[in-house]
Amino acid sequence: MRRTSLIRNIWLGVENLLLHKLRSFLTMLGVVFGVGSVVAMLSVGEGASAEALAQIRMLGSHNIILSSVKPVEDEQSSTVHSHMSIYGLTYADLERIASSFAAIRQVAPVKLMRKEVRLHDRAMELRVVGTTPEWFDLVPREVLAGRVILPSDQQKLAPVAVLTEFGARKILATRSTIGQNVRIGGDAFEVIGILRNETGSSASMQIPDQEVDVYIPIEVARRYYGDIIARRTAGSREREKVELHQIIVRVDHTDHVESTAVGIETMLNRFHTKTDYAMSVPLALLKQAEATKRTFNIVLGSIAGISLLVGGIGIMNIMLASVTERTREIGIRRAIGAKRRQIVVQFLIETVVLSTFGGLIGLGVGVLIPFLITYFSGMATVVKWSGILLPLSISMAIGILFGLYPAINAARVDPIVALRHE
Amino acid sequence: MAAPIPSDSNHDIVRLENARKIYQMGTEEVRALAGVNIAFHKGSFWAIMGPSGSGKSTMMNVLGCLDRLTSGAYYLDGKDVSRLDDDSLSELRLSYLGFIFQSFNLIPQLTVQRNIELPLYYLGWDAARSAQRAKELAEMVGLGGRLNHRPTELSGGQMQRVAIARALTNDPQIIFADEPTGNLDSATGEQIMELLGNLNRQGKTIIMVTHEPDIAAHARSRLHMMDGLIDRIETETHETDQPYQEHLARR
Ligand SMILES: Nc1ncnc2c1ncn2[C@@H]1O[C@H](COP(=O)(O)OP(=O)(O)O)[C@@H](O)[C@H]1O
Ligand SMILES: [Mg+2]
Repeated sequence: MRRTSLIRNIWLGVENLLLHKLRSFLTMLGVVFGVGSVVAMLSVGEGASAEALAQIRMLGSHNIILSSVKPVEDEQSSTVHSHMSIYGLTYADLERIASSFAAIRQVAPVKLMRKEVRLHDRAMELRVVGTTPEWFDLVPREVLAGRVILPSDQQKLAPVAVLTEFGARKILATRSTIGQNVRIGGDAFEVIGILRNETGSSASMQIPDQEVDVYIPIEVARRYYGDIIARRTAGSREREKVELHQIIVRVDHTDHVESTAVGIETMLNRFHTKTDYAMSVPLALLKQAEATKRTFNIVLGSIAGISLLVGGIGIMNIMLASVTERTREIGIRRAIGAKRRQIVVQFLIETVVLSTFGGLIGLGVGVLIPFLITYFSGMATVVKWSGILLPLSISMAIGILFGLYPAINAARVDPIVALRHE
Repeated sequence: MAAPIPSDSNHDIVRLENARKIYQMGTEEVRALAGVNIAFHKGSFWAIMGPSGSGKSTMMNVLGCLDRLTSGAYYLDGKDVSRLDDDSLSELRLSYLGFIFQSFNLIPQLTVQRNIELPLYYLGWDAARSAQRAKELAEMVGLGGRLNHRPTELSGGQMQRVAIARALTNDPQIIFADEPTGNLDSATGEQIMELLGNLNRQGKTIIMVTHEPDIAAHARSRLHMMDGLIDRIETETHETDQPYQEHLARR
């Protein structure tokens, strides 16, 4: 069909639909809601999974994270009287892991403490992490000022400290603080850098990123503060000996993540009689999240399919009624010289215009909903092109699919009979 | 079938040869046309008359390319169209034929202008030319001021004028009118017949079905049907045709 005549045909269809505004609108509603809900659900789902995937990726898909966990039986006995519980990952574990697996590229230990930190007149209890330079490779963070801990600091047992934005804010440190001394638990440390905090709720993701205020070299932490932490809880004094709170392992290839994780677990279990550590594998979480997303998309797709099907059937129903109602008009057009094909095209265009327009309105509604959700709840939503074009082209296809039968019915009308039709 | 076609057949705008239209009603055959031989000259004005059920409408539908013969031949302007497919018949109606109906058959949702323009839409005319043509025709039938009215806002006579304007839009060779005054009072009917008479004088061939002798009197020839066959022919102005028509009718 020539372009101009197509435009005229579309215009004729629009005119015809405008003759019955309310009916056309009601006919469209099925597609409006179908497309609208699909677009909205897709973008909410996309937003949720994008957030989850980003969090997991931040932990590193090559990484395996081991964390010390206080065993349950220890917790019970320690409440009775003053008692020292010894548990968790050890320096020996670190050595064994680092030397036993060919696939392992880097290993970073983490030692967690709470210490009073003083800068000039301001003193606060901050969260201090002792770690090695590898940590900053494994869990990259943007350096706002200065530098991170280097191997040379480690060798020289240099008392240096890297503040995070959180920590810096708490003790009112600024860029100009770099080079100055802070006191951590009474010992002097030179501030060498400030790191940006990663946004997002990574607290749930087991790297205590937001919990950290200060990083210092692990050897320094060990020598200055030892492995025993005393905690005062409701009257009784409680002491814990934990050598390492975390070990982060990076392997050379994602293919080796799983086997290495199993190997580490087997090895650690030979030395740990109690379950006093936990292992988390971001890649496994990632795969799981992706599988969940796939399932979610299938469910959404089915709902979309059903609602669009219902919309399509609604359109077909009305168009069939419209053909019956307009039998005489069809007869007149045929008598005047319209070919069967032209009648098919006329009715088909009406349904396609109806369903496409419905799809467009649905799209508007569907884009508005995630916008409002983000605006009012702060929940992340992502409107993707595929999430727009797919429902739109499906709604057009539905117009063709469900319009074809009524249109063919219209063309089958015998003009002689139709002209007698009252 | 063996009889030779008379030499003046070149002037025939329509010609039926042994035309049969048979409807099968269960085991029974209804012979709506039972072997009709007839020819109408270019520029003639015929009234087809006869009792109800005699085959008038069937003949109109066949001549108007809306229906096909069961057997026999139909020559339209010298061309055998009895074996054409639906699309080709549509094209013939679009380019050569105009229709006027007893119940006007205007599209109620469209304005007078849009109704008149309708054939031009299928002929592929652009909007501006179509509007111009519709305006001229509306003026010709005396409805120049009603272009934007809807059919429901018009009287019966006015609606039939719109229908006539629409029938003329494609500048047809033949105008078919099935009881064009059947739904009109006699004064209005007279006006419509005057309009048709004028068109005939301008050279249009007009074939009209009517059962009213007063209306049929406006036509220049009358054909009476009975049981799917031609019963009788009256020709006022084409005396020379009489032997030819009788020749055809006898076959
Ligand atoms: N579609 C049809 N099916 C069966 N019989 C028909 C059909 N159309 C017409 N007939 C029959 O053919 C005969 C001629 O009908 P018609 O041409 O309408 O007559 P008229 O117009 O002179 O009243 C009638 O007996 C009628 O019942
Ligand atoms: Mg009749």
